[in-house]
Amino acid sequence: MARLTFRRRQSVFRWVVLGLLGVFFVLPLVAMVEFTTRGDQKTWSTLVDWPQLSETYPDLADGIVMSLGQAALTAVLMLVLLVPTAIWVRLRLPGLRRLVEFLCLLPLTIPAIVLVVGLAPVYAWVNYLIGGSSLTLTFAYTILVLPYAYRSIDAGLSAIDVRTLAEAARSLGASWFTVITRVVLPNIRSAVLSAAFLTVALVLGEFTIASLLNRTNLQVAINLLGKSSATMSVAVSLAALLLAFVLLLLLSLVGDRRKKAS
Amino acid sequence: MSGVAVHLQGLRRTFGTVHALDGLDLELHPGELIALLGPSGCGKTTALRILAGLDDADSGKVVVDGKDITRLPANRRDMGMVFQAYSLFPHLTARQNVEFGLKLRGRERTTGRATEMLELVGIEQHADRYPHQLSGGQQQRVALARALAIRPKVLLLDEPLSALDAKVRVQLREEIKRIQTEVGTTTLFVTHDQEEALAVADRVGVMRAGRLEQLGAPADVYLSPASAFVADFVGLSNRLPGVLTGEGVEVLGTTLPLVSPATGATNVTALVRPESVDVVPDPAGAGKVLTASFLGPFSRVIVQVGDDLVTAQVASGTVADLAPGTPVRVELRPVAVALEGIS
Repeated sequence: MARLTFRRRQSVFRWVVLGLLGVFFVLPLVAMVEFTTRGDQKTWSTLVDWPQLSETYPDLADGIVMSLGQAALTAVLMLVLLVPTAIWVRLRLPGLRRLVEFLCLLPLTIPAIVLVVGLAPVYAWVNYLIGGSSLTLTFAYTILVLPYAYRSIDAGLSAIDVRTLAEAARSLGASWFTVITRVVLPNIRSAVLSAAFLTVALVLGEFTIASLLNRTNLQVAINLLGKSSATMSVAVSLAALLLAFVLLLLLSLVGDRRKKAS
Repeated sequence: MSGVAVHLQGLRRTFGTVHALDGLDLELHPGELIALLGPSGCGKTTALRILAGLDDADSGKVVVDGKDITRLPANRRDMGMVFQAYSLFPHLTARQNVEFGLKLRGRERTTGRATEMLELVGIEQHADRYPHQLSGGQQQRVALARALAIRPKVLLLDEPLSALDAKVRVQLREEIKRIQTEVGTTTLFVTHDQEEALAVADRVGVMRAGRLEQLGAPADVYLSPASAFVADFVGLSNRLPGVLTGEGVEVLGTTLPLVSPATGATNVTALVRPESVDVVPDPAGAGKVLTASFLGPFSRVIVQVGDDLVTAQVASGTVADLAPGTPVRVELRPVAVALEGIS
């Protein structure tokens, strides 16, 4: 009897906590939806009509294009730099593993504002050498996403016996390039996808570095738009949030598939 | 297919302060299967990895088919290797694993050759399965097929059976012997299991501290151990005090022939195999049974005779009469024995 009462109390407590958390997270989203659909505004129809959006809010359209470009370029640059490095360290330089891990996790401990202070003089050179396009933020973002991407790729490599697989492939006549592209990469595909999704989600949500370095991206555009069209600004924020949710959902699905496969 | 000769000349390899290989010399004749046997850390796997090109020697040479390949990278050595850990590529089916090396070489008929190899190792019915759908023994069969598919000059087996259960291990080692004899590839088999080495090898090399302690036919290594270490490592041996006589060595009142003539000291230590010892219940016997362990078809009995402990291997049917504390008589069969420290 006492146990039954305890279970009931536990169940009630669980639902109360879930309810409170739900209200805490969902209420602002509901408010955003309500705010952007109030009256006969055509906010959402404008948002999904690209030609109209570009004409009405050119800065926002520019911000969206730049953010998508930055996300794609950052994901590519991160993968090109990090995947071969992580594999090579595992195979040939295991003594450097701790150092590489430390370097990759370092950006996590440095606030964005401090990063900008360090990056400002570097970007003066970037401006001078390759111009002031907002796509040059790709370099800063590649550093910013390193901790998350490294963790993901490292977890993928830990799940397989990289050394034995590489040695087996070498003994069968594979070059190092073949070992990486045809043996290791297909076996850490989920980890690479996870790293790419995280990169895209992070880049789409980045504001501080872009704003302080006077570049354009989605978040900077939303901030500016907030001063002239609050409704559209909130609608775009909500859309960006939903996109991040979808990416995280995909990430978790990829993770589930990996667990099932193993 | 005929095998090639392999010569490891004066190989040295040091890891920090540990001498994994200390001037190893080993010659494999064409088509021969040599098993390198030894305890952990004796350098057997290092020797195999240097031959495969997966590790570099500090000094020494690797000569295959008359060519010095010491500096040749692993992917250009043309050697098939089966690893101790399961090494099949997880994203490829058994057939695709076998085809991997063939495709890298741009050979035609890759599917035909892969099927042929899978049939050779008796796993063609599982050709389209992924590694995680195969048992450990099946995975090692596919790994063997994959290594042989490329028609390697040398086949290297790095403790390929150690992760398998006892029954599968025995089956697969016999398969390995059959297949190796059939294809005739020169093979180096590394193992720490003496029974496995004796069962499959044409010659067995017993290693200790980076050197070959003895290299010879399995029967020679077992019956005529070159040293106390070999006698100890390859099967169990009793170390019993004996006295040299003109006809052999007298141990526990029985004169035993010697595997090789010995001169010098009169008092020696003879290495007597447990299977050469008979234990007979006898109330007037000088021995007393200490322990009797049932091991299936035979049992191991330890008898105290004076200050010496004698281990005997007896048929399990007789062990009921040999309970601990039973007075017994120890009899030695006149089988040739080695003397400690004398080869």
